[in-house]
Amino acid sequence: MSDAKAAVALGSRRVGTEGLWQIGGLLIALAVGLPILAVTWLAVFPSENIWPHLFETVLWDYIETTVRLMVGVALGSAVIGVGTAWLVTTAEFPGRRVFQWALMLPLAAPTYIVAYVYTDLLEFAGPIQSLLRDMFGWTSARDYWFPEIRTVGGAVAMMTLTLYPYVYLLARAAFLEQAGITREVSRTLGAGPWRTFWRVALPLARPAIVVGVTLTLMETLNDFGTVDYFAVRTLTAGVFNVWLTMGNVGGGAQIALVMLGFVVLLILLERLERRRRRYHTLATRHRRARRTGLGGAARWAAFGACLAPVALGFLLPGGVLLKNAVLFASESWSSRFPDFAINSLLLAGGAALLCVTLATFLAYAVRLRGGRILSSAARFASLGYAIPGAVLALGILIPFGAFDNAFDGWMRDTFGVSTGLLLSGTVAAVMFAYVVRFFALSYGALESGLGRIKPSMEMAARTLGEGPTGTLRRVHLPLMKGTLLTAALLIFVDVMKELPATLLLRPFNFDTLATYVYQFGSSEQLELSALGALTIVAVGLVPVVLLNQAVARDPSEVI
Amino acid sequence: MYMLRRVFRSGIAGLLILGGFVGASTAVQAAEEVNVYSYRQPFLIQPMFDAFTRETGINVNVVFAEKGLVERLKAEGRNSPADLIFTVDIGRLADAVEGGVTQVVHDATLEQILPAAMRDPEGQWFGLTQRARVIYASKDRVPLEEARALNYEDLADPKWRGKICTRAGDHEYNVALFAAMIEKHGEAKAKAWLVGLRDNLARKPQGNDRAQVKAILEGQCDLALGNHYYYALMLQNEEQFAWAQAANMIFPDQAGAGTHMNISGMAMTKSAPNRDNALKLMRFLVGDLAQRMYAEQNNEYPLREGVDPSGLLESFGTFKRADQSLAAVAKLRPAAIRMINEVNFNAGPSS
Repeated sequence: MSDAKAAVALGSRRVGTEGLWQIGGLLIALAVGLPILAVTWLAVFPSENIWPHLFETVLWDYIETTVRLMVGVALGSAVIGVGTAWLVTTAEFPGRRVFQWALMLPLAAPTYIVAYVYTDLLEFAGPIQSLLRDMFGWTSARDYWFPEIRTVGGAVAMMTLTLYPYVYLLARAAFLEQAGITREVSRTLGAGPWRTFWRVALPLARPAIVVGVTLTLMETLNDFGTVDYFAVRTLTAGVFNVWLTMGNVGGGAQIALVMLGFVVLLILLERLERRRRRYHTLATRHRRARRTGLGGAARWAAFGACLAPVALGFLLPGGVLLKNAVLFASESWSSRFPDFAINSLLLAGGAALLCVTLATFLAYAVRLRGGRILSSAARFASLGYAIPGAVLALGILIPFGAFDNAFDGWMRDTFGVSTGLLLSGTVAAVMFAYVVRFFALSYGALESGLGRIKPSMEMAARTLGEGPTGTLRRVHLPLMKGTLLTAALLIFVDVMKELPATLLLRPFNFDTLATYVYQFGSSEQLELSALGALTIVAVGLVPVVLLNQAVARDPSEVI
Repeated sequence: MYMLRRVFRSGIAGLLILGGFVGASTAVQAAEEVNVYSYRQPFLIQPMFDAFTRETGINVNVVFAEKGLVERLKAEGRNSPADLIFTVDIGRLADAVEGGVTQVVHDATLEQILPAAMRDPEGQWFGLTQRARVIYASKDRVPLEEARALNYEDLADPKWRGKICTRAGDHEYNVALFAAMIEKHGEAKAKAWLVGLRDNLARKPQGNDRAQVKAILEGQCDLALGNHYYYALMLQNEEQFAWAQAANMIFPDQAGAGTHMNISGMAMTKSAPNRDNALKLMRFLVGDLAQRMYAEQNNEYPLREGVDPSGLLESFGTFKRADQSLAAVAKLRPAAIRMINEVNFNAGPSS
């Protein structure tokens, strides 16, 4: 950042505008962080102190389960994500070109839907166990052992299958970005492919991988649908147990803060990791390394290694959904379906646009002036990603309601007019929830995207008389097209799937694809939810494919 | 650069469209209306709302959510547009009353139709339908006579070790039952009972009520706790018919206090801007037509006396219902949930 400050010094006559950038940035961070502040406020004033009770009973269980889940998902998605990224980037084998983008597909499927599908398949009455019983003449569950899906292990599997694409996306971009020459030099110096991977490529890609794993872990912490369905007692389950069943919102908020503690730890680790590396891309065009042609068994091993996650995370659940969608088409079709789809699309598109715009503003404000306060505020604003959606929604309800009622009260007192609720129960509130929830995705992307642009670029622009705004518009934004697109697409896919905040904050008679699917899913009429789920997946595919093209075009622009 | 400009231009267009979209969705409708926040699933209650609109011309606007509607009411305060709140059990009704978001309704029609135990003595909430917490018993492995003699207390008997299935302990249906046990026996005895039940579980509590009956078919358990209407739902579902066939549905405690009953219910919110329409809807829902629809479509027991339960419900036979005060049961929910945590019920039999 000191380079950026030097750049600022050069253009000191424009300090006035920069002050505005800083104030604007701070306001954005505050607005996005508002719900977190509201949840903190709830936690500080609980209706009843339940800590002693939780401490003595289930708290440690919650924490232990959460840690096991996080470690499992981190390992699983790192191995799959990095392994497949390495294969499609550096090796030549059958299907490589298809796998390149197909490995992203599982991202389009909501984790809890995949969990539903697998439970149906793998449980005692499901087709697989039934077949086994028929084949071996077993009669009851006591005759044989079969892995239980509704366990921490099962939850790890479901989340790994649907979340590893974050790691894949980032690892692949990192591998592509490492100028091919690095690897070639390593090979020329006598290192084999494995040694090159462990000693050269992996350490260089590590920051990107850490970011990817952090994203999967924040999603893991946020998940409620899957762990609830699997009866896995994580901290998230604890939040709802305390809030809903014990009727103690404050206690629920306190557990949510414990979860935030986990995230802060993660982010600190990730920052530590990132701090060690600061390099700016020099070359505009990378020389790509030639891919190693694999022979015989290795070809097919690579093929299998890439096929497995795609088949398990996408093809199989997608196939089951497709079958049900066709079989139950007439019952699950609603004439309002196109409305739901349009609502989903508009919300997802709007949220993506807003997030990216705000994150650009904030990240650029931080770059211009830096400053401990502003950059801490920016990090604080990114925490929304890890708070369970329903809790986040609470954090929005409360300040919005307070504002609406205060404003209404003032209007009544002053002018005798009631304004009613201006923000509560509107689409704007839903949109705000999405921005808070997914701000981290765009801010992280923009921050590292800006970080890759050499400060000398803006120094040049500023010396030539361009102000900060002009520099952003004419230098940084064009250089970050890919980054902006990636961030927007990730948010788009995630908003399509978002459920708890949408349910709680939406206006009357307002549905999205996700809430429509939920109606059936929550009553365990999975067959009927298939059509909606499939539509979510299908709409999510478009950005996934676009995303792939963006990475292939210029990997340096991805997150 | 050009591309970027294009992206921005379409972005601005998008924002404008979105602006219109926000405006449209929040526009106040001029027509007669009543606004509902509902914890009940849409498909269970929408048909009654549609019938109400056909009869009165009053539109019913709904927000369905699984969590947080009481908090939404609290945050919206006196300006909340909601008139009524609907819940699937006594717990959320009690939460709403405790949260101060409901108002007292004194209405001769409602008071005349609903039995006193099925509404709040002060008029803060009203029941709509009753659901029984029953025991499903394997047809193959539990002789019918033995099953019929079961009561809730028997579920802690060591003879059932490793043979009972239920959903999570902190699910509202179980919480209400456990609270009812506390009300009946006091905390110490109820806790000993809960420990016994936990030790008898065949597996970690999981799945919904239907899944428990399925587990009986699969031989994972001999007895399961569930709500009665799932039996009807399964009988009417091609795939699930076999699950239901594997089990007898038993109304417990027929020789004693009677089967534990929970209610689905409604309350008028404090703010209720459309008070008159809301009252009309409340009366409609306890009326003959709506009560019959509840019985026929949802297989819940109508609260209105004299309404025939559906043929299917009648085939389940008449049974003795516990006449515990639901208000008293609701008050014991926090104690029940503490107990569930203390015995680590959700960890299952191994703990």
